[in-house]
Amino acid sequence: MKKEWPLWEVFVRSKNGLEHRHFGSLHAADAEMALANARDVYTRRNEGVSIWVVESSNITASQPENNPEFFEPAKDKVYRHPTFYDLPDEVKHM
Amino acid sequence: MSEKEIKNLEAIFEQRIANEEKIEPKDWMPEKYRQTHIRQISQHAHSEVVGMLPEGNWVTRAPSLRRKAALLAKIQDEAGHGLYLYSACETLGISRDELYDQLHSGKAKYSSIFNYPTLTWADIGAIGWLVDGAAIINQVPLCNTSFGPYARAMVRVCKEESFHQRQGYEIMLTLCKGTPEQKAMAQDALNRWWWPSLMMFGPTDAESVHTEQSMKWKLKRKTNDELRQQFIDQTVPQADILGITVPDPDLKWNEERGHYDFGEINWDEFWQVVKGQGPCNRERMKARVSAWERGEWVRDAALAYAEKNAKKNIKKAM
Amino acid sequence: MNNQALYNYILGVTDNSLILAQRLGELCGHGPSLETDIAITNISLDLLGQCRSYYQYAAKIKGGDTTEDSIAMLRTEREYVNVLLVEQPNEHFGFVIARQFLFDVFHLLQMQELQNSKDETLASIAAKNIKETLYHRRFSSDWVKRLGDGTEQSHAKMQEAIDALWRYTNELFEITEDDQKMIDAGIGVDVSKFKETYYKQVAEVLEEATLKVPENKYFQTGGKKGIHTEHLGYLLTDLQYMQRTYPNMKW
Repeated sequence: MKKEWPLWEVFVRSKNGLEHRHFGSLHAADAEMALANARDVYTRRNEGVSIWVVESSNITASQPENNPEFFEPAKDKVYRHPTFYDLPDEVKHM
Repeated sequence: MSEKEIKNLEAIFEQRIANEEKIEPKDWMPEKYRQTHIRQISQHAHSEVVGMLPEGNWVTRAPSLRRKAALLAKIQDEAGHGLYLYSACETLGISRDELYDQLHSGKAKYSSIFNYPTLTWADIGAIGWLVDGAAIINQVPLCNTSFGPYARAMVRVCKEESFHQRQGYEIMLTLCKGTPEQKAMAQDALNRWWWPSLMMFGPTDAESVHTEQSMKWKLKRKTNDELRQQFIDQTVPQADILGITVPDPDLKWNEERGHYDFGEINWDEFWQVVKGQGPCNRERMKARVSAWERGEWVRDAALAYAEKNAKKNIKKAM
Repeated sequence: MNNQALYNYILGVTDNSLILAQRLGELCGHGPSLETDIAITNISLDLLGQCRSYYQYAAKIKGGDTTEDSIAMLRTEREYVNVLLVEQPNEHFGFVIARQFLFDVFHLLQMQELQNSKDETLASIAAKNIKETLYHRRFSSDWVKRLGDGTEQSHAKMQEAIDALWRYTNELFEITEDDQKMIDAGIGVDVSKFKETYYKQVAEVLEEATLKVPENKYFQTGGKKGIHTEHLGYLLTDLQYMQRTYPNMKW
């Protein structure tokens, strides 16, 4: 048998109140091991309070070649942003 | 794709890098960019992993519990750095097993410095001070390199590495403030590690083949000779503080240049070590290959167990 | 020193961690995968950290020039009182895991009791150690299962290691004279109390790992009296090399 341990992506919450952030990846044979490895590899300097691991092959990704139709239409929707709306200067904090 | 279309894509690609945009793994990239990055990142990863061996030599013999713990933690970081870098490399479509195969078969290179032996405890100090010092100079500019995963790995590496050089220098300082015997040990380590450390920056600019392309892709920001000079200028005063002598009779401050002048590097030795003729090339490779082979049944068992127990014990995030 | 029994008791607890940390340190850079290397090093670092706290305390009790390092590195072989189990060599990764597991189960039970010690320093060190030890136990149990219930080959190797190390388990529960004094004083842990629990917990994991609980009832002993296996001398040669070759220096 010559097979590699699968690749996992590691997400760490640095402290409560923050979201889990992608920290990196690693290899592990199973989910338990992936968690344990993530703990030792990515939180050995006290960087986390919670870890998610997900096998990389389970992640669905958008493709860069679709970027024009995927992301560009959002670029000119200026009305989604507060600065689109004109208000008199007297109105503060809105 | 026609040749013209590729040329066009390449032009856009180079422009993006020139604009300081980052390249991410799934973006289109010239095949040469991919190959160059696989080569450089994996070479870097291999260096971290092989670099564990000369220091690992001294874990069991460290002179105090405090030193033992610091050394273990440092070597553990190096394993971590190897891991970050292999992961970055894997985003380019090559597996870690393939990368290991390249290392074990001798196809891939790693930093030659790790083919020198660690003979005394002072060598652990010298490695931290000089080798990590040189590595930091090489690595800091890479935090800003064009390939996103490599840049991110390097940010993490550089952040963690900052204690390594201090650890080494502190060892040297303690030796130099110690007994004459200890100071002699420190001097001897500097004598043996100085020149190999200078070689870590690679051949002179005149001899270096990759520099121009690497500059464009931000794999390099300064030339080998510039980095080497920076290292010397920064390290010589540190040796003065230690009160030990850099083993180069030609070393002297050049007021006009604002840099130290230094003697000729033995490039024949450099190339011999690169080609496998260094004092420990064979031992290092043997140790890596043997660890890998002896570990095979363990890795296989873990996979077999995982397959049998798939879906058992999984705690969902939500 | 008017507290010889306490001093000896601390060594009895701590030498185990020191010798095991040293064994694990040998593996640094030679493990079956990078991830495993990092994990094993972590355990070694935890154990070293534990040693330092205990030895610093012991050094204070002994007074004079005694330091954590003189205790760790300048005794003769006969003065080390670790159990035989932890000095056994890294024959293969199965041995590393089996040794770790057979020790971790004991170590956790021991720490859980020690945190109630009347000696506040010992109690507080133990309370801190429990978290680390709990993790070690989890790590080694998981690996016993992986290797035991992995492939045919790994099953055989894991069984080989368990069988070979089994004869060193009973010694974990022996009580020396000084141990007894400390137990009577409410400071030490009566390890004999949880012997049954230990074997039960070990058997549960072995069973889940499809491994046989060895039937061997003839056990080796001696470590706690300083009579070791041949392996310890070599381990100490490395451990003590610098302190012996260059006496009375700062590092």
